[in-house]
Amino acid sequence: MPESSNFRIPIGPQHPALKEPECFSIVLKGEKITSMNVRLGYNHRGIEKACEERTYIQDMYLIERVCGICSHSHATCFVQAVEEIAGLEVSKRAQYIRTLIAELERIHSHLLWLGVAGHEIGFDTLLMYTWRDREGVMDVLAMLTGNRVNYGMNTIGGVRRDVTSEQIPQILSAIDILEERTKYYIQIATEEVTLRERLSGVGVLLHDDAVHLGAVGPTARASAVDRDIRRDDPYAAYGELSFNVITDNHNDVYGRTLVRVGELMESYKMVRQILKNLPEGPIAVKAPRKIPAGEALSRYEAPRGEDVHYVKANGTDKPERVKIRAPTLANVQVVAHMLKDRYLADMPIVIAAIDPCFSCTDRAISVREQGNSTAGTMSWPTLHSYSIDWYRKQGIDFAELNKKFKIRGALK
Amino acid sequence: MAIALFNILIFPGFLFIGVFGMLVEYIDRKLYAMLQNRVGPPWYQPLADFIKLVAKEDIVPEQADARVFTLMPVVALTGTVTAFFCIPLWGTKALFSFNGDLVVVLYLMTIPTMTYFLGGWYSRSVFSMIGAARSITQLFAYEIPLFLCVLAPAMLANTWSLSEMAVYYNSHPWFGLFNIAGFVIALVALLGKLEKVPFDIPEAETEIVAGTFTEYSGRLLALFRMCIDVEMVVGASLLAAVFLPFGVHYGPAIGFGLYLVKVLFVVALLSVLRTIFARLRIDQMISFCWKYMAPAAFLQLLADLIIKGIHAP
Amino acid sequence: MIRPGRMIREVLESLFRKAATTKYPFVKAVMPDKFRGKLKFYPERCIGCKMCMRDCPSNAIIIRKIGEKKFEAEIDLAKCIYCAQCVDSCPKKALESTKEFELAGLDHEKLKVVFSAETEDAVETKA
Repeated sequence: MPESSNFRIPIGPQHPALKEPECFSIVLKGEKITSMNVRLGYNHRGIEKACEERTYIQDMYLIERVCGICSHSHATCFVQAVEEIAGLEVSKRAQYIRTLIAELERIHSHLLWLGVAGHEIGFDTLLMYTWRDREGVMDVLAMLTGNRVNYGMNTIGGVRRDVTSEQIPQILSAIDILEERTKYYIQIATEEVTLRERLSGVGVLLHDDAVHLGAVGPTARASAVDRDIRRDDPYAAYGELSFNVITDNHNDVYGRTLVRVGELMESYKMVRQILKNLPEGPIAVKAPRKIPAGEALSRYEAPRGEDVHYVKANGTDKPERVKIRAPTLANVQVVAHMLKDRYLADMPIVIAAIDPCFSCTDRAISVREQGNSTAGTMSWPTLHSYSIDWYRKQGIDFAELNKKFKIRGALK
Repeated sequence: MAIALFNILIFPGFLFIGVFGMLVEYIDRKLYAMLQNRVGPPWYQPLADFIKLVAKEDIVPEQADARVFTLMPVVALTGTVTAFFCIPLWGTKALFSFNGDLVVVLYLMTIPTMTYFLGGWYSRSVFSMIGAARSITQLFAYEIPLFLCVLAPAMLANTWSLSEMAVYYNSHPWFGLFNIAGFVIALVALLGKLEKVPFDIPEAETEIVAGTFTEYSGRLLALFRMCIDVEMVVGASLLAAVFLPFGVHYGPAIGFGLYLVKVLFVVALLSVLRTIFARLRIDQMISFCWKYMAPAAFLQLLADLIIKGIHAP
Repeated sequence: MIRPGRMIREVLESLFRKAATTKYPFVKAVMPDKFRGKLKFYPERCIGCKMCMRDCPSNAIIIRKIGEKKFEAEIDLAKCIYCAQCVDSCPKKALESTKEFELAGLDHEKLKVVFSAETEDAVETKA
C-alpha cells in the first residue's frame, strides 16, 4: 500500500495503449502526472548493421521492412541516397509513380491514425469506420504493387512495375469515394462534442517549444511550424505538383487531427494531378551493381514527419554505413514535455497524437560499462566479444547453437 | 420449500437470469457490431466465453488479500440476483413485493460498485487501484441523477413499491408521459452505473489495462462478467418497470412477454448510445453530471411534485 | 454546430447495410492479379546462372544441378519474404509469382518446396 499517493505506473513495454513496445514510466499523484521517464530500445533489431552485410538490392527490401506503415518512405529515401551517390538520373515516369505510391501511403497512414486515435479515446465506432474506408486504399495498393504493405515498388534506378491505363480509372474512383468519407470525418471531428472535449486542450505544445525540441511532421505543423520537406527540399515529382502545406495554430491534439485530415484532402488532389500528368517513358534505368565511393544524405517527408537516411558507399556492392533517423525519434522527446501536469486519461491520446512508430525509432544503443558511471561508445569488435562473454556467463554457448541451426554468418 | 428452491435456482433465479443475461449480452454485442457495419459474434458467444473462463485457472496475486479478492465476485453476483427478485416480471406481480422495494433494489444495485472498488483496491496492482478509485468517484457523479429520476415517478404514484407503481400507472396511463425526460436522464445515468461508454472510465482499456479486473482470471472473472450481464438486465428491468408501465394488466403470460420486449428495447437504446460517443475523462464526467444531469433531475422531480399537487389536492 | 451524438444517423443507417467484414475462413479472400504470393519455378527454362540466389534478401531459394543442363530449385516458404526480386532478376523468366497466400504449416521441414523436372513437366514435391 503506497504511503503517499505518489506511485509509479509502467506504461509499457506491454500496454494496451501502445501498439509497439516502449517504456514510459509515469509517476502519478491521484490522477495527475507529475513526472515521466522514457526508455527506448525495445524494438532494436540491428537493421543498420545487417545492411552492411547485404548488397544494395537486398538492402532495399530490408530497409523497407523497418516499418510496415511507412515502408515506401524508408525504401524510397534509401534508394534516392544510393542513386545520388551513383549519379543515376531517374526517368520522369518513375518519379511520378514513386510519388503516386507515396501519396497513397500517406492516405492509408492518416486513415489508420484516425482509427487509432478513436480507439485510444474509447470511440471504437470511428476506428471501425475509418479502417473500413482504408480498405479501399489497400485494395488499390495491392492492385498496383502486389501487396498491401511493404510494396517493393522501388528498384535502384526507378520502379519495378508500371501503372497501366486500365488501373487509372479504378484508382480515381477509389479516391472519389474516400474524399466523400473524409469530408464526413472532418465534420465528425469538428462537431462531435465528446471528441472535442477529449482532444481540445490536450497535449499542448507551443510554437517555440516545438522548434526548440525539434518536433517534425504534423506534430510540429499543428503548432504553426511551417516545415514540409515536400515543399522546402523537393524530391521525386513534388517540384512539379501544386499543393498546400497544412498548418494549424491550435497547438494541441485537436490541431494535429485537423492537420492530418487536411493533408488527406491535399493528397487526394495530388493523386489526381499525378494521374492526369503521368509522363511517358521508361520506368527504370540500368544501375551498376557496384556503387562508386561516396556518401549522401537523403530526406523524405514520411506521413509522420521528416525521415533522414545517410548512406556511405565504398566501391563494392555492399554499403559501408547506413544510418536511419526516423521521425518518431524526433517526436518522442516532446511527449514528456506535453504530459507534464496532465491527467492519466490523456496519456494514450497524447502518445497516439505524435503517431508513434517505434519500429522506425530504435536504432542506436548506448551501453554503460559496469562500475563506470560515464557513458561511452564501444567499437564493433569489442561489442561482439562483450556480448558473447555475457551470454556465456548466463549459460548459453553460441558455438553449440550455431551447429544446431546452421545460421549464415554465425557468431563464433 | 420446493417452490422456494425452484424460485431461487430456476425461475426467476440463477438459471433464468443467467440465460437472460447472456441473451442480453449477445443482443448488445450484435447490435453494437451491426451499427459499426460488422458481422458481430454468433449467438453462443457469451456462453462460450463463460465456459472458457470457468475452465481456466484462477490466479490470486501474492500481494493481494486473498479473502477479499476471492469473495468479491460472489458478493457482486449475489447482490444483483437478489435485486432481480423485486422486479415485477409478470404483469404487476414480482416475486417479493413490499412497500419500499424500490429503495431496496437501488441499494442492492450499489453493492456491485462497492465490490468493484474493494476487489480492485485489495488486488494491490497499480492499475487495479486506479480503476477502483475511479469506480467510486464515478459513483458520486451518476448516483444522484439516477436516484432522483427513479424516485420522482414513485412519488407521483404515492408508493415506494414497484408493483404498486405498475398498478397506479396502469390506471392513469397519461401520467407516464410526464416522466419521459426522467427516462432520458435515467438512461444516461444508467450508462454510468453499468460502466459503458461514455462512462466506462473505471475500465478504460487503453489507459489502465482493465481497471478492477486486471488481476482477475478464471472462475472469479467469469463470476464478475456474469455480474456485469445481470446488472444490465436488472438496470434495464428497473427502467422498464418505472418508465414504461403500459400493458401490465393483461395477465401473467402476456405481461411476461411484454416485459421481455421492454427490457430488450431499453438494451437496444443503451447499445445505440454506446456506439456514438467517445469516452469522457473523469473530471469531465463529474462536471457534466453535476452541471447538467442533476439540475435536470431536480426539475423532473419538481414537475412531478407539481402534477401531484394539482391532481390530488 | 457542436452537438452530442453527431454520428447517430450514419450509425443507424449502417444497420441496414451489408456488413463490411466477411466470415473468413468460411468465405475465401481473393487477391488481385499481380499479387506476390507463393513462387512457381519452371525447371525447363532455368540455365543455372544463380542470379536469383544472389539477389534474394533472405537466402530462401537454392538452385541445384541434378543433371546435364537440368536444375532444381528448393524454396523455403518460411524464409521467403515474397518480394519477387528473383522474378525480376531471372534472365529467362523461369520464376513467377502466384496468388496463393495461405501457406502456414506446423512443421518447418514441410515448408521447403522443391521444384524439379524428373519427368518432362515440373513436379513439385515437398522435401
